[in-house]
This record gives sequence, C-alpha cells and structure tokens, in this order.
Amino acid sequence: MIRVMLPAHLRTLANVNGEVKVDVTGQPTQRLVLDALEASYPRLRGTIRDHVTKQRRPFIRFFACERDLSLEPPDTPLPAAVASGAEPLLVVGAMAGG
Amino acid sequence: MSKVRLLVGTRKGAFVLTSDGKRQQWEIDGPHFAGWEIYHVKGSPADPDRLYASQTSGWFGQLIQRSNDGGKTWEPVGNQFAYDGVPGTHQWYDGTPHPWEFKRVWHLEPSLNDPDTIFAGVEDAALFRSSDGGQSWHELPGLRGHGSGPHWQPGAGGMCLHTILLDPRDPKRIFVAISAAGAFRTDDSGETWRPINRGLKSEQIPDPNAEVGHCVHRIAMHSSRPNVLFMQKHWDVMRSDDAGESWREVSGNLPTDFGFPIEVHAHEPETIYVVPIKSDSEHFPLEGKLRVYRSRTGGNEWEALTKGLPQSDCYVNVLRDASSVDSLDTCGIYFGTTGGQVYASANAGDSWAPIVRDLPPVLSVEAQTLA
Repeated sequence: MIRVMLPAHLRTLANVNGEVKVDVTGQPTQRLVLDALEASYPRLRGTIRDHVTKQRRPFIRFFACERDLSLEPPDTPLPAAVASGAEPLLVVGAMAGG
Repeated sequence: MSKVRLLVGTRKGAFVLTSDGKRQQWEIDGPHFAGWEIYHVKGSPADPDRLYASQTSGWFGQLIQRSNDGGKTWEPVGNQFAYDGVPGTHQWYDGTPHPWEFKRVWHLEPSLNDPDTIFAGVEDAALFRSSDGGQSWHELPGLRGHGSGPHWQPGAGGMCLHTILLDPRDPKRIFVAISAAGAFRTDDSGETWRPINRGLKSEQIPDPNAEVGHCVHRIAMHSSRPNVLFMQKHWDVMRSDDAGESWREVSGNLPTDFGFPIEVHAHEPETIYVVPIKSDSEHFPLEGKLRVYRSRTGGNEWEALTKGLPQSDCYVNVLRDASSVDSLDTCGIYFGTTGGQVYASANAGDSWAPIVRDLPPVLSVEAQTLA
C-alpha cells in the first residue's frame, strides 16, 4: 500500500480528503504509483503528467523522506519507507505565481 | 417569466449569476472550481442546462467541466487535446520556428442543435471538436494544415484561437479568429479552411496587407445575417458584408479604435457595441472613463454610453470574451472587467448598473435567456 499526498486542488478534483492509498504490484516506482493513482482516480489524468508522453508537468514536484525525487527517472524505485507505507509520496504544486 | 443566466469565468473560478426578466436583482452562485482559471463557460443552445467550462491552471493543466443542470453540479470530462499527426512549427515572437504546444482552451462553442457536439478553440491555435459531450476531442487539422500555419505568430496573450462562429443557416460554414494570425473560414464543416483577411490593414506587421498575421481580437455576427461580420481588431473596428471575403473599416468617430470585445444587439443587426481601450500599450479606458460605444448604423457613427459606468479614475480592461447580450424583448447587454465588476444594462446600453463589483478578474461572460 503506497500513501500519496496530493495538493489541495487535486484532492478537490479527485473528491478525496487527506492521503490516498494505492496498491502497486512489485517494486514501487513513480511510474507505477502514478499509473495506479490515475487508474483509481481517472479525473487526475493529465493533471500530474502528460497524457501521452507521461512527462511530469513542469510545476509539479515529487517529494518523499525529505528528498526531492522530481528529477529521478520515473522507473527508479521509490525509497523503501515509501514502498513500505511508512512515509507518503508527496505530490506538490511548485511554489510560484499567485 | 423569462430568466437570464450569466456564466462568468474569472482568474480564480466560475460564477453563475441569475435574475428574472427585469434584470434588477441578481443571485450570485460561486465560485465553482475555486482557485482555477476559468477561461470560458458556455451553454448549449439546444439544451440550455448543458454547460461546458474550460478550467485551466499553470500547475495542473487543462480540464473541461460539464454540467447537465445549469451549473448546479459539474463533472470533469475529457481533457486530452492532442494535435493531429506531427504538429510542426509556427513562428515564435522572434520569427524563429517553434513547435506547436497545447497550452489551454480559450473558447468553447457548443453546436447550435446538438448538446453533445462542441468546438474548442485552443492555444497554440487549433480547433478541436467533441461529438460525445466532451469525453473525447479531435482536432480539425485542415485549419493548421491549410498552408499558412508555419507563418502564424502569437499575440501578446499567446497564439490563441479565441473566436468560433457557427453559421445558423449553413451548418458547414464556420468562422474562427486567431491572435495573431487573423480570421479563417470553412465551408465544408472544417475539412478545408482559408484566410479571410482581405481589407485588414495592420501597420505593426511587415506587410500591413498580409494574408495572415493580423491580430484579430474578436468577431461577431447576428444570427439573422450570417454574411455580415463585425470585427474588433487590435486596432480598427471592421465590417464585412460578404462573409469575410472583404473587410472595410467602420471605426468612424470612436475616440480610439483599439479594444477587445464586439457585440451585436439581439434584435437589431445594425446595432453594435465596442469598449474602446486607450492603446495596445495602455490597456485601460481613455481618460479613466469606462465607456461602451454603440453604433446603430453598423459602424462609423458611434455614441458613448456612460450612464451608470464610472467616469473617472477607472483603469480596468474588458477582455475579448467578457461581453454578451441576452435576447429578451429589450435587449440586455453585459460585460465583465479585469477589476472584477460585471455590469448589466437591461435597456440595450442606455444605462448600466453593476451586478457584482469584486469578483476576480473577469475573463468571460456569456448570457443565457431562459424560458
């Protein structure tokens, strides 16, 4: 079970409160977690990464275990604490604009 | 008794304003999609309770929202806008080739007779159509592909397709306008397109009479005379009596002919409205006086409409999609400002009053006349 914390606007869009939990088969990676997230919440498709290229949107960042994982390749295994459910994967809207 | 519903898109959400036919007391509902930019909200002429909204964000991209109950509840529908084939390039601001990149939906135009069919004008400029209520979107690639696309350049606000006019007499004819490429027309339901800019003159571009490259801000038509078009260009108010084959200037006695919106009275096809703005570098009313100008002669002779509008220290703008008319017997006209005011006139512009003063900057206003 992977815990994911979405930014407020995406929680509203997905109609969820607090963290969401998704199941991933095998070693969790950004790609697998986002695949599972979009399968559970189809409204999020296109809001975190591109529909086709699957590239992270420029003003979205991924954090976990006090590390910025945004520039990690999407198939890199997530930290063990995220994989175990001890820590959430944070999806963050970059601090910019008003 | 008839009702009027205004669909207002703002920088920070959508608002639905409703009134009875007197248009004196208004209920304000919103914000919907709080915090998101709502470029445009429009209802289906075939089913006025079917609404579509363009919801967008620099962080989270594009969403399309649909309502089946007049804006009480909404559901997100399809948000994938993929250009047909290899998108190719247009010109960047410096004239170098730049790849076509989808950024947002500026304008939504529902079909005149099918609530599930809707057109979307997007940035970078292209026209998309959905025939399943917004679930899936497909480009009409003949517009970008007709030949002049590689020469299109963005205006200051981006390279946006912002105007879509559906001909009520000929379902195969569609007019669109793009900043800063110009106006285009199809006569075969969007398969093929051609520029319709003859007569436009733009001193700011290398060839003032070029086939494309004109910064058209808005086009309007009256449904009873779809061959007569009115245009607010970057500078110049223009008119065509032959479905865009040729244009002539009708700025006449306007104090400045720069502006964004242009509207046609619901019952008088020769009565048109503009909101003159000082200049392209000073996007606010001349002399700090917010004045709508009305021509009852299809242009050239204009009168200032000021009653109820601020006549000192007013430095707001009215954007291209931020005005609309209703179709009650005494035509109502409405506009929203970048200062967050929405003004209404229930007497065709003779006098005005604010419906609401402190919304976020208004991007779009659409009036619906309801039975």
